[in-house]
Amino acid sequence: MKRKVIIIGSGPAGLTAALYTARASLKPIVFEGMQPGGQLTITTDVENFPGFPEGIMGPDLMDLFRKQAQRFEAETHFLHVDKVDLSSRPFKVWVNDDLYESESLIIATGASARLLGLESETKLMGYGVSACATCDGFFYKDKHVIVVGGGDSALEESIYLTKFASKVTLIHRRDELRGSKIMQDRVIKHSKITVKWNSTVDEMVGDPQSGGLTGVVLKDTVTGDLSDFSCDGVFIAIGHRPNSDLFKGQLDLKENGYIITKPGSTYTSVEGVFACGDIQDSTYRQAITAAGSGCSAAIDAERWLESQE
Amino acid sequence: MGQFSMEISESNFDTAVLKADKPVLIDFWAEWCGPCRILGPTVDEVAEEYNGKIIVGKLNVDHSPSIASKYGIRSIPSLLIFLNGEVQEQIVGAVPKAQITDALSKHL
Repeated sequence: MKRKVIIIGSGPAGLTAALYTARASLKPIVFEGMQPGGQLTITTDVENFPGFPEGIMGPDLMDLFRKQAQRFEAETHFLHVDKVDLSSRPFKVWVNDDLYESESLIIATGASARLLGLESETKLMGYGVSACATCDGFFYKDKHVIVVGGGDSALEESIYLTKFASKVTLIHRRDELRGSKIMQDRVIKHSKITVKWNSTVDEMVGDPQSGGLTGVVLKDTVTGDLSDFSCDGVFIAIGHRPNSDLFKGQLDLKENGYIITKPGSTYTSVEGVFACGDIQDSTYRQAITAAGSGCSAAIDAERWLESQE
Repeated sequence: MGQFSMEISESNFDTAVLKADKPVLIDFWAEWCGPCRILGPTVDEVAEEYNGKIIVGKLNVDHSPSIASKYGIRSIPSLLIFLNGEVQEQIVGAVPKAQITDALSKHL
């Protein structure tokens, strides 16, 4: 069956686009992907989403987003899109071996935590290496953990981890931090946090079959010297990458992988395909800005569909 | 908790898991873990499909931290498959259902 609109992604952008297109009777179908609810599902308290003066847990907020869209009969599926073909209309979307066709497409695939790209990192993921402090911090009570990074998310994770860990070492490749001043001050003054400057993680050490991670090899970015550093856990917080692999060669992307939208709109380089949320925004990257652009994409899609009739 | 799975804690772990006469799939989870909420319904589906062939248990790591620690759990959700009291497989993260059933099929 041919659809009017398919939405790929289920963070604040995708689910807001679902709410708006559903209320416009476009009967959207949402493919939620591997992480239904998006990046907010791996955070704890969200204190800056308007309307929740006491704050709200990230996963709870996303459950509310989904329920609100479903109330107007948006269809949401915990399914991952494998392939798309945007070369002709209707657009084609493959999920497992099923083909879906749609007159318009809203892309809200967001961004994911970037990893270092080491083989030992992949091998030890879940066995001492983590990209989610709020998921895994609990398992490091009275342990020594390191956080890799120097931006706001690295600083936030470092402070969060002090709730559990006895010692947190922040590994940063430069001699100054990048995060906001207020977070920098909190980190520098914190009695449990030590910053190791001019250092990168060169290798992770440990065997997933017997005890997991035992430490890392650090590289001094000035001298190039390598040194062993023992720790119980590694948390990676070196920023995000847009989930745009599906669209390579089909949509115009920036060099860093973000989808290019026409200024002041959610139009992409292919007519009938709209992009919203973090997949097209490397600047603000907030739940509220993503939700706002999801709304814009829904309205752009609705008006565009009308113009085609 | 789905109707085809049981709650596992420190009090029933030995009898329900280690001494079970079938393969046992244990879901280590917690309320505050977003990806655990995603995996929960998938585990329920597996429990229903394999009802009678395996035992499916859910273990809240907040309530039973000593078991999580004994098995070296460092990330949740984590699924462990036990057979005759020994861990056969460990799956970390909110994985698709097929990855769970593939792992289970090796032990049936």
